[in-house]
Amino acid sequence: MTINTLAKGGWHRDQMACFRKMEKVIVAMQDPDMGMKMRNQRLLITVIPHAMTGRDVINWLMQKYNMCEEEALHLGGMLVRYGYIYPLKEPRSLVLRADESPYPIYLAKKNIRKQGELMEYEKERYSVLHKRINHTWDFVVMQAREQLRASKQRRKADRIVLECQEQAYWLINRPPVSHFVCVCVCVCTFCLCLQIEFCRRALGRNRVKSSICLEGFVKYSEQYLSHDPIMQGCLPSNPWISDDTAHWTMNTEVVPIPSRLRVERWSFSFMELLNDAMGRREFMTYLEKEFSAENLCFWQACEDIRHGENSRIVEKVEEVYKNFLAPGAARWVNIDSKTMDKTLKGIQHPHRFVMDDAQMHIYFLMKKDSFPRYLKSDLYKNMLAKAIVPQEVKKSVFPFMRRQRHSSPSPAQAVAQASEEEGRA
Amino acid sequence: MRSPPIPEMATQEVQLSETLAHLKTESDTLKGKLEEERAKLHDVELHQVAEKVEGLGQFVMKTRRTLKGHGNKVLCMDWCKDKRRIVSSSQDGKVIVWDAFTTNKEHAVTMPCTWVMACAYAPSGCAVACGGLDNKCSVYPLSLDKNENLAAKKKSVAMHTNYLSACSFTNSDMQILTSSGDGTCALWDVESGQLLQSFHGHAADVLCLDLAPSETGNTFVSGGCDKKANVWDMRSGQCIQSFETHESDINNSSEADREVAIYSKESIIFGVSSVDFSLSGRLLFGGYNDYTINVWDVLKGTRVSILFGHENRVSTLRVSPDGTAFCTGSWDHTLRTWA
Repeated sequence: MTINTLAKGGWHRDQMACFRKMEKVIVAMQDPDMGMKMRNQRLLITVIPHAMTGRDVINWLMQKYNMCEEEALHLGGMLVRYGYIYPLKEPRSLVLRADESPYPIYLAKKNIRKQGELMEYEKERYSVLHKRINHTWDFVVMQAREQLRASKQRRKADRIVLECQEQAYWLINRPPVSHFVCVCVCVCTFCLCLQIEFCRRALGRNRVKSSICLEGFVKYSEQYLSHDPIMQGCLPSNPWISDDTAHWTMNTEVVPIPSRLRVERWSFSFMELLNDAMGRREFMTYLEKEFSAENLCFWQACEDIRHGENSRIVEKVEEVYKNFLAPGAARWVNIDSKTMDKTLKGIQHPHRFVMDDAQMHIYFLMKKDSFPRYLKSDLYKNMLAKAIVPQEVKKSVFPFMRRQRHSSPSPAQAVAQASEEEGRA
Repeated sequence: MRSPPIPEMATQEVQLSETLAHLKTESDTLKGKLEEERAKLHDVELHQVAEKVEGLGQFVMKTRRTLKGHGNKVLCMDWCKDKRRIVSSSQDGKVIVWDAFTTNKEHAVTMPCTWVMACAYAPSGCAVACGGLDNKCSVYPLSLDKNENLAAKKKSVAMHTNYLSACSFTNSDMQILTSSGDGTCALWDVESGQLLQSFHGHAADVLCLDLAPSETGNTFVSGGCDKKANVWDMRSGQCIQSFETHESDINNSSEADREVAIYSKESIIFGVSSVDFSLSGRLLFGGYNDYTINVWDVLKGTRVSILFGHENRVSTLRVSPDGTAFCTGSWDHTLRTWA
């Protein structure tokens, strides 16, 4: 199913990349200087050329790609699975083993199919190849037969996938000559128009130097390094490793005393502060002292419109106008006249984004003015001083004493309870 | 099918061909100009900028939980905001909600179709969305009543003309963003099922999408079979930027307007199916078709670690919301949490 629906160029190319890369490895193996040492191997009465042992394959992979044995075994196994390396002694088992049983190399291109299934152009190429490598043809035939027999023992689904992959690969790499229709010219025209439009817009856009942008990224990742549990661990311990949920308990949305890392993070950017429920609450307290809390309330109301249900947009816009924008409103926000005019006009035909300009204006006002002052305020500094730095708790020394993993209430439950209580009241 | 022999149509053909040729020239000229402009600003490589950054030491990550229960390939998963619950979907049509920490299954839904390729957890934790070969995205409110059949409260939200490849809630439970095999992405109002905005521009199936957090909060990225990654403005429906990928395993995009780094190794042969960054952005985790997970140092461009464990292709990978772990889903029917 996936093969059919994803059967456009993209998927094929992904598979093509694998095969091309595998072939690169195989070619490297056959390099006279840096490749593998191969020899002739006698099997019953036949002499097989280009044979080598499983152990040699693994050693060579480890050395060439600087990898550990586990990875080399894994990669070697893949090469065998896809038929680039073929086991001599046990043709039915496509597994690479690091012992002394020899493996010959053959590219797993199936030249032999069931009778009459070859397309015209495929038949032509078959005979050309036959002439060219006549001297090893018998062995090629034997290999192909063995592979077909081995594939019959695979699960049908796997077999079909592999057959389709092979078919796809050859359709791309050796395509039949086909005739195209002029009707597709119209589609091309449309696509080109889109491309031209896109290029024009892109040329008009402001662009940033790589160095500036990349340095920004490096700085970001350094700043957040101590907050990255996978990089630097987390206190008191990573719940997944120690089975102790203390870290999560200490960092729930609302706690009496937040952790130090969390309070520090509020200073990274205005967005970080607003994204944290506690941070937002603290900031609101600060703004109330400054008599500019209506800014944050307005911003929150606009967010609610932007992300809320379609059906309630009109009523919410009305509320916002009444509370924040109307002349003499209880919590009037200070917006420049141009933006105010545009917004008031837009309100007459309310839609989801009608408050965007006004919201942006207030957001940047808070960001440039109130936010830096908040970070310098006693309110913030006290919060930082009070904040907890949990003690590190190492994983239990005795491996057999596993902690009981406690379950937690589902978020869905909390909401259900709340609405139940509301219903009763 | 050959060119029509009728004379009138032949003239039309010629006219069309001329227009086409003209448009092609214009398009190529503009593309050339754009490339020139971009090249002027590309003054440094990522690894040069990252030279002063300390390298990473030895890396030890293991499977910490294995979630067994799906009867077939796991195709997609998503984390709940509570950092421990996840939702996963599978080829056999089942969608399961787990408490990954205790490994308990909390909810299960059987979809009317197989190949449920997309699933997402609502920000509130009270609902999940999923879809696949049914061409739809449906939202299921999570009920705690053991006797209630979740399927009864199902809400059909999105409708595409081909399979659903990915879905994601935006900032609230009220809006869903979807991508589809029909080559489009779309934004929907959950309550009414109304289409709010559609995004056209991909030339082939769109396979994945991700929201881009920003102060203006209005953009997302989508990746498609046409080898392009497009950045969209959610409000206008326009494509703001487009990145073309090559044969690299992973493509990283940024405001620098071009490919910043390619993460590949000679010995890595199989394609990557899913990626995610660690919290600081320093590490990039990739789930590969050869059953492994490769961990990359994003700044240095080197591979830090390779993780084994799954017994078949890794199909989906996501880092948890607080960055303490990441979860993978695989064709071997299991999910694993790593830390």
